[in-house]
Amino acid sequence: METILFLAHTEADGSLGKAALETLTAAQALATGLGAPLLAGLIGGNVQPAANQIASCGAQRFLGVAGAEFAPSRYSTDSAAAEALAKAAAATIVIAPATSRCNRVLAGVAQRLGGRIDGHVTGATTADGKPGLTRWYYRQRMEAVVQRTRRPWFILLDPGCSPAWSGAAGTASVEAVAVALTAAHQRTVVTGVQAPASDAQTIRPDAKLLFVAGAGWTKTQPDGKTHPEEAEQLILGFLGKAKASLGSTKSLVDLSGEGQAVLKFMTHLNQVGQTGSTPRHPKGLATCCHGEEPHTVGWRFINERRAINLNANCSWAQGKADVLYVADSFAVMRKVNELLAAK
Amino acid sequence: MPTAYQIVVCGSLVPDPLQTLEPVATPTGPALKNEMMLPAVLDPWAGHALFEAANLAKQNPGSKVWLVSVGPKAKLQQVMMTVAQKVPFELIAIDGPASGFAESAEIAAALAEAIQGIAGLDKARLLVFGGWESASRGAGTTMQMVGERLGIVDQFQGVDELTVQPDGALRILERIEGGKHQVSTCAALPALLGWATGNLAEPPNNPQVGMLNMRTVMPALQRAKALKVANDGVAFASVSLPKQRRETKIVKDQSPDDIAREIVEWIGKE
Ligand SMILES: Cc1cc2nc3c(=O)[nH]c(=O)nc-3n(C[C@H](O)[C@H](O)[C@H](O)COP(=O)(O)OP(=O)(O)OC[C@H]3O[C@@H](n4cnc5c(N)ncnc54)[C@H](O)[C@@H]3O)c2cc1C
Repeated sequence: METILFLAHTEADGSLGKAALETLTAAQALATGLGAPLLAGLIGGNVQPAANQIASCGAQRFLGVAGAEFAPSRYSTDSAAAEALAKAAAATIVIAPATSRCNRVLAGVAQRLGGRIDGHVTGATTADGKPGLTRWYYRQRMEAVVQRTRRPWFILLDPGCSPAWSGAAGTASVEAVAVALTAAHQRTVVTGVQAPASDAQTIRPDAKLLFVAGAGWTKTQPDGKTHPEEAEQLILGFLGKAKASLGSTKSLVDLSGEGQAVLKFMTHLNQVGQTGSTPRHPKGLATCCHGEEPHTVGWRFINERRAINLNANCSWAQGKADVLYVADSFAVMRKVNELLAAK
Repeated sequence: MPTAYQIVVCGSLVPDPLQTLEPVATPTGPALKNEMMLPAVLDPWAGHALFEAANLAKQNPGSKVWLVSVGPKAKLQQVMMTVAQKVPFELIAIDGPASGFAESAEIAAALAEAIQGIAGLDKARLLVFGGWESASRGAGTTMQMVGERLGIVDQFQGVDELTVQPDGALRILERIEGGKHQVSTCAALPALLGWATGNLAEPPNNPQVGMLNMRTVMPALQRAKALKVANDGVAFASVSLPKQRRETKIVKDQSPDDIAREIVEWIGKE
């Protein structure tokens, strides 16, 4: 008989974030499908608000590791907390959101408990009374259904793969699970977060549209010149108006890294693809980007795709985009910005 | 006084990303069609880890870099021909699968054992590096298990920057959600860092470095222990390629104004 532990950390305000609530939906479905009990395990500075937020989720027990030492996202303390929660729950399956915090720590916890782990899972299901999960291999090139007999089985569910749980809040009674810490747990100190100023933040995971800029923006144009200033202005103008998230090709961020006077706001964090990110957005618009495979593997989870390229034979034409506009991105985006400004 | 670090980088090889990959079923589980024939490259994020390691070693005299790699011996040799020309390191090779379908817990056990076997290993000077995810399994799970096996509880993932502070503490930037970095300091070693892209460009080939490295690379390959991965308790119910080909509508001869109108309308649609 399986026991499912929904494991999550709280946000700074003590609540559960969207990725955690999505994972809760998946955890409930697993518990129902397997006829297994569902337990909740929470880690954070203060976990009571989070427990109350999901009080009606059907968890048989709410276990918590709380305290100032457990507020920061840190391997030493998070691993100790997750280990204690998994043990206290006697969990056979532990499902947690694939946030940076859980991604850092759960494989280590699986190792400690003699279990196994799957990261970047996109779905957890049951068939014939057996749990199984889907995940991608070779950077989103092939998808597999994986089953395991070894327990405990840790599952990190990627954000955006399940609807967020939204039940009534209430008052949950949290069983505190004690974790003994030593000085060795506190050698790492989290000192803060480094982020671009909010008006310079171009990565917006919740945006409806991913706007990808490719190296073409910096290349010599039909008039024989490059136009980096206009490119910058058009891209930033569009992002501001459309509230889109900015993605880039590797070629373009590598140019920026080499200190060329191009698109100063681009960093490796914007890069989409093989060695970049695989963001999830309902729509994507690629501009001045060739659409080569190492780039487009990062588009696996972009539903509707359009591209603007001068070259009718670019890779987007090979079944990778829904619509390819054979046109000059400068001319099109100038007009797009005008139309958006007039709205 | 600068620390003489012992930096051990875990990194394997992956198929060149420009190759088309196709899964096939074999008696021992899923594999890639013509896997041994596919040109391979050093796993990109592990590559960044190696270049960062070499840079740190250069700045801290007396430091040394090892590269611990699990992969089919013949393919490792091929990849080392270029990698060994980039930066100085000593190779520790393990002759095993570089497949994305190989169980990360078993690979981690082999890596940890190899690290523990390094003569004169000193945990107070030890930094274990690797990529935060591979381009094969892409799970981001191996390094943490290596760390656990070595008793390292100061671990960082998605690292883009490491700087040594005047007091010897490490200041580390890790990728977190929404294009931000978490900043931490780590007061003492050992520590484990799974690297993202970092800040260094790929070093150019240097034949002199290549010649020096090759003196240890060839013997290391000859010595490489064979590793069999059992994939204990794992079953792949299916492995399939996505049905991804779209019917691309190619719009030519439409004015930029008309295209812009169409795009604005499309963006605005729920
Ligand atoms: C190990 C490895 C990992 C990689 N990882 C990644 C990755 O993660 N992400 C990634 O993106 N790439 C990655 N690549 C690189 C990838 O193979 C391509 O080289 C890269 O994506 C090309 O970028 P690009 O399309 O911006 O540039 P180019 O190939 O230079 O294409 C520029 C395009 O702009 C078009 N253009 C120029 N001017 C205009 C205009 N005015 N209007 C419209 N179109 C215009 C041109 O027609 C051309 O198609 C990787 C490669 C390797 C080997």
